[in-house]
Amino acid sequence: MSQSRRSRRSEKLEESQVREPSPRTRLIDSVEIPQGDPLESVLLSAGGPVEVSSIEAESETILTLREAGVELVVPLIGQGELLGALYLGSRLSDQPYSGDDRRLLGSLASQVAPAMKVAQLVREQQAEAKERERIEQELRVAALIQQTLLPKELPAIRGWSVDAFYRPARAVGGDFYDFIELADGRLGVIIGDVTDKGVPAALVMATCRSMLRGAAQGNDSPAAVLAEVNDNLVPEIPPAMFVTCLYAIVDTAAGNVVFANAGHNLPYVRSSDGVVELRATGMPLGLMAGMDYEEKTYRLDHGDVMVLTSDGITEAHNPDGEMYGFARLMGQVANKSKGDDVVASLVGDLEKWSGPGSEQEDDITLVVVRRTASAERSASAFDVDSEVKRLVSFRLPSIEGNERLAIDTVVEAVAPLGLSPIRLERLKTAVGETVMNAIEHGNHNDPALDVGVEVSTTGSALTVRVTDQGGDSEIPDAETPDIEAKLAGEQTPRGWGLFLVAQMVDEVRRSADNGTHVVELVMNREGEI
Amino acid sequence: MPGEEFTARVMKKDSGSVVAMWGTVDKNAKDALETAYQEASAGKGEIMLDFSEVDYINSTGIAVIVGILAMARAQGQKVGAMGLSDHYREVFNITRLSDFMHIYEEAPTWS
Repeated sequence: MSQSRRSRRSEKLEESQVREPSPRTRLIDSVEIPQGDPLESVLLSAGGPVEVSSIEAESETILTLREAGVELVVPLIGQGELLGALYLGSRLSDQPYSGDDRRLLGSLASQVAPAMKVAQLVREQQAEAKERERIEQELRVAALIQQTLLPKELPAIRGWSVDAFYRPARAVGGDFYDFIELADGRLGVIIGDVTDKGVPAALVMATCRSMLRGAAQGNDSPAAVLAEVNDNLVPEIPPAMFVTCLYAIVDTAAGNVVFANAGHNLPYVRSSDGVVELRATGMPLGLMAGMDYEEKTYRLDHGDVMVLTSDGITEAHNPDGEMYGFARLMGQVANKSKGDDVVASLVGDLEKWSGPGSEQEDDITLVVVRRTASAERSASAFDVDSEVKRLVSFRLPSIEGNERLAIDTVVEAVAPLGLSPIRLERLKTAVGETVMNAIEHGNHNDPALDVGVEVSTTGSALTVRVTDQGGDSEIPDAETPDIEAKLAGEQTPRGWGLFLVAQMVDEVRRSADNGTHVVELVMNREGEI
Repeated sequence: MPGEEFTARVMKKDSGSVVAMWGTVDKNAKDALETAYQEASAGKGEIMLDFSEVDYINSTGIAVIVGILAMARAQGQKVGAMGLSDHYREVFNITRLSDFMHIYEEAPTWS
């Protein structure tokens, strides 16, 4: 007797369950019944034990069974599906199988089949759960690679303000941006997008970023830099992947911007004459070696703003399926309702477009370079303290344990501030607790919802802003826990988070607006610098 | 990214037991720490929670420790802590855990 399962994970019959076969029967390993084999329909229509000699259809499988001396096939059928079959050789007594034998085998099969079905489902579910966990883990790794490589600090150049915004999609695309300090006060500005998502895209992004950094040093021509990186990237990049990238060198003294473009979204400049596109042609990086890139120059006047974007903005859809598009983007760049805060104006409009609670489809990256007006310049020279510098901005899916990732990223971002070890530890605890609350109480552990973290600083204070999509429910006030009542078992031992956060930082600001909770942790920097 | 998985091991001595802990003390540490506490409380003397190898304690971990202290109080069992970093010593002061368990600067001689 031998057993067969149609599943690919077929198992050999355990020897201990096999009696010595009769001389006319060969012991056979499991025989798969391929999908569509005539035997399948014979067994399904028979519904009970089938004598091999009575089967009129012919196939490889039926032949194999005949050659092995199989006399009887008992189908295992569950919910109309052939789950497996028992193959029986001739009886040891050489007598034909009796009606009782068949009934016994039929009843055995009807009891085995449901158990097999359940086992199959359990196995499938376990495999699915493992696969989901693998994907989550991959997303965490990709996010970590990407966030480690993005600039931790924005360049501070007198007469210029530079701002950046990066928000990864849940599946983490391959967006990146970078700033490179060059000789003679020039600043290299890069924005790019790797096709594909997840870890492969993050690794290509890391490679491309190093190549760009290497090529940019000592090379004044963005076109030459892109051509060199393209040639270096072609042999390294997996097939069917490529990188769009814009590289601009800003002469911060004269205001000239020299740029070349490897197939990336065009940058816009808002000047007193309106909004213009900066066009330069070139193929994306990594597709074909030996490409030439067009190089152009544009002069930014005082007050002009250059906006670099990724296609996550223009290709975002609204609930009706319409794309945000270039025209709307251009309109928002022109919109001065939020003053010079182009990031706030654009991100706000994009969120309105996508609608509340919609899942972000692709990474969103924005880099804004503004040449300040001459009057502002002299004013800011006296007021360095009030200048807000964004150190890092990132989003994390609401998965338990991601607060540790938030802590690590914040610690890296504030490293240049040189906080004392004890204050750094307090900040870590405050950030960990606040992000944990946002994940658990704000977003109810829904991995489709993100927690946003933004770290910014002025000369006098460090602020960590944590946002979740927890609806309009108020965040409760931090109360001092009653440890006596807890130890006496009169109260739950939990409830320490908000209290602890309030003790760790100088100020906690909380608000709820439009379905978003915002918690700002403020740490004064007096005595730190 | 979750931290290191929590483990606890009990070492029984003549004057008390040491519960040595590794990894992250958060809500996931509850079962292992309670089991270790039960094992230690079957021995003699004070129970010393050794935090030397603990990398992170959060509010849910504080709750686990409060739970242990509540059990200890019900049993009249003395519990101490050692190996806390400056930061977590501050956290134990702020939460007043240190009012209910002795915080040792250095390991007592018996441990």
